[in-house]
Amino acid sequence: MADALRPRDAKDVEGAVQWALAHRKSLEIVGHGTKRSLGRPAQVDATLDLAGLAGVTLYEPEELVLSAGAGTPLSEIEARLDAAGQQLAFEPMDFGPLLGAPARQATIGGVLAANLSGPRRIKAGAARDHFLGVAAVSGRGEVFKAGGRVVKNVTGYDLCKLLAGSWGTLAAMTDVTIKTLPRPETEATVIVVGLDAARAMQAMAAAMGSSCDVSGAAHVDADVAARVGDDVAVGRDVTVLRIEGVAPSVAHRTDALMNVLRPFGALNTLGEAQSRALWEAIRDVVPFAAGGPAGKRIVWRLSVAPTKGAAAAQLIAQRADAEFLYDWAGGLVWAALAPTDDVGAAAVHGAISSCGGHATLIRAPAALRASVAAFEAHTGGLAALTRRVKDAFDPRGVLGPGRMWAGV
Amino acid sequence: MSVVMPVPDAGVLARREEIVDALRAIVPGEGVIATEREMRPYESDGLTAYRQLPMVVVLPATTAQVSGVLAYCHAHDVKVVPRGAGTSLSGGALPLGDGVLLGMAKFNSIREVDFENRVAVVEPGVTNLAVTRAVEDRGFYYAPDPSSQIACTIGGNVAENSGGVHCLKYGMTTNNVLGLEMVLMTGEVIRLGGKHLDAGGYDLLGIVTGSEGLLGVVTEVTVRILQKAECARAMLIGFSTSEDAGACVARIIGAGIIPGGMEMMDRPAIHAVEEFVHAGYPLDVEALLIVELDGPQAEVDHLIGRIEAITRDCGAVTCRTSSSEEERLLFWAGRKAAFPAVGRISPDYYCMDGTIPRAQLPRVLRRTRELSEKYGLRVANVFHAGDGNLHPLILYDSNKPGELDRAEAFGADILRLCVEVGGVLTGEHGVGVEKRDLMPAMFSEADLAQQQRLKCAFDDKGLLNPGKVFPVLHRCAELGRVHVHAGKVAFPDIPRF
Repeated sequence: MADALRPRDAKDVEGAVQWALAHRKSLEIVGHGTKRSLGRPAQVDATLDLAGLAGVTLYEPEELVLSAGAGTPLSEIEARLDAAGQQLAFEPMDFGPLLGAPARQATIGGVLAANLSGPRRIKAGAARDHFLGVAAVSGRGEVFKAGGRVVKNVTGYDLCKLLAGSWGTLAAMTDVTIKTLPRPETEATVIVVGLDAARAMQAMAAAMGSSCDVSGAAHVDADVAARVGDDVAVGRDVTVLRIEGVAPSVAHRTDALMNVLRPFGALNTLGEAQSRALWEAIRDVVPFAAGGPAGKRIVWRLSVAPTKGAAAAQLIAQRADAEFLYDWAGGLVWAALAPTDDVGAAAVHGAISSCGGHATLIRAPAALRASVAAFEAHTGGLAALTRRVKDAFDPRGVLGPGRMWAGV
Repeated sequence: MSVVMPVPDAGVLARREEIVDALRAIVPGEGVIATEREMRPYESDGLTAYRQLPMVVVLPATTAQVSGVLAYCHAHDVKVVPRGAGTSLSGGALPLGDGVLLGMAKFNSIREVDFENRVAVVEPGVTNLAVTRAVEDRGFYYAPDPSSQIACTIGGNVAENSGGVHCLKYGMTTNNVLGLEMVLMTGEVIRLGGKHLDAGGYDLLGIVTGSEGLLGVVTEVTVRILQKAECARAMLIGFSTSEDAGACVARIIGAGIIPGGMEMMDRPAIHAVEEFVHAGYPLDVEALLIVELDGPQAEVDHLIGRIEAITRDCGAVTCRTSSSEEERLLFWAGRKAAFPAVGRISPDYYCMDGTIPRAQLPRVLRRTRELSEKYGLRVANVFHAGDGNLHPLILYDSNKPGELDRAEAFGADILRLCVEVGGVLTGEHGVGVEKRDLMPAMFSEADLAQQQRLKCAFDDKGLLNPGKVFPVLHRCAELGRVHVHAGKVAFPDIPRF
């Protein structure tokens, strides 16, 4: 069991990285550790536990900004926002159910480091798009900051974007500032029944190409739908589209969307409460939850062009026993594969090389996760550039070596 | 010019003829411009107070030519300044006397429009507005709309992370770009992103966007296109104090409404504009808000009703809502003509671009008025009220000795004030040469060193657009050294288990 270092403040974090540098130790940065089993297992000497850097330090709803220690629980932030009628528009998913970790335990630092988002990604962006400012300690043991606490800023390089999705391999974030937005007044969902995946991609493209301002577009086959929730378990494949906003607008756009979708198949609608529950289940990929019927399956996450979703899934299905959940109008494919020695890597990477995009290994036995490309594998100039970017922040490989790629 | 640029390399200048010949071999025909007369149009960008003839202008037409030019320049230690349409307001495309000016105007075709995936793949020299023109027959548009959109190019928008009046609701360039092809200073061609969302590795797309031409030369851009809203209506709301106007903006956002656009003008701006455009703006107010709502008719009408109620509570002295598309465009015509309108009442003006927390607006406007008296220069304020992006226009006459220097000093004071109240130096125009020397007001040496290390990862010799953004240029080898405080680390204090 590796040592756990538990800094109380940013100064301690600086000291911890300096200590690691001086003693040639490597550190795995963790918040509450909810996503540790995702991707490649880091080979480290100690964990740097940032849970102690907790607390909201600034929240000004009318300025649309919130600042907090990186270790602040997401649930605490969401409760603060909710009380003010706001939310994180990027709808960060909770990996708890999928990874068999306790639900709703993530920290804001972990949310940003993994660049999380949810179904609303297609309309509102991901964590990267709402990450305004940061203070951090680089792998060089130096404190730096970037960005600011205003929503519009182009002063200097946008290092927040780079740290979003860097999985703790470039710097240890200590304080973060994020953009907050009003929570939609209400929502509704339109369901199209009985479309196969290819036809569903077309229906979702039609919906996204309309002026209905759709904020969620997902598709599941009948078996998977049964695990999404009772409201959509109609024994048929279902395609679901979400409309959010003020009540008169939601009513108007729901009608308009039904007109767009009528040529595709039989329609149904869900009211606010059912819609909310449905999209939370889709966001957290509940049909593939560790505790459910697909709990032993390997899970991959593919980001592709929306029209390629069904094609990518079909290519995987030709080589593996697989179930799928399509989000982002087809652009996000969650694939749950029956366990094999290569964790389905050949099938998934084959689909990506044919369809474009990238894939991330989300859930697999630890022993196998180190043996395949868990994150997008780069070649040539891009691989070398990625290496140089890592060196620019962490030249001695102190922070999460091997966490994303072998040797980086 | 008050900004000191890197000292021209005499060795490079001595080799000028040889360099020009080599570039002609890479970009044949009229793609290399080396006479003073023909290079003159490239001597400055939108920040016309700064001028410098480049050593040579190169106008490549293909990615292979860009790659060839950069590889040659990398091998021969020649600096390169990329340029789109040259509309930068921060001097981002200011040439270097010993550098190649790489004009991307020939990259002007739209390669693909993919309505099913809601993206357009365009070359960087395509203008911002041309993207919308290419997709509007199917009801789509490209959301970021900087006011120079008729002229500015997508490549320049990527370099500057351009915004516009609608970016509070629809995002800046960085939120609307999905993929890039770019050439590194070594000549290597890399692709980032595509038609899919988010990076599978480090988000280099997010870093390149807004990097002001210091990291690479973009040769293709994939942008997101959106379906136009069903309708839009605008409101014109007048206040007797800027405090009331600011409070009203906060109330609107606090009520959970994010308008498509929310602009503010102060009295000098209102008067300059009204005399020029006759938009029907009230002249007896201190601050004027333009609030635009877009969406389905039912939503727009509903929100206008709520905002009208809020304005009554906020002490608005006038409130008009557009009842036709012509009237909506008239409301906007004034705001969109604000810069030329100010240009009519002053021989020159200097446009600033700080962002502040909105609550600080009264303080910043008050202090700006005091500075205006101190420097003896008039100022008119236009303001993207929704996101706190302030554009003070400082009026001066460059023919009067010392006025440009005073205008620059005044502008610098305003930007320091923005930082002091919790804001930033630039919201959308970029640092460029203009705000380069103010960077230490916002960033520590360590902050700037870390940014420059990232620059080194892309451009190890510092040849791409040097003299911009960073006030002090460090060598990459020097920046790369790791200082280990062995034995002095007080780490045993930290609880460990």
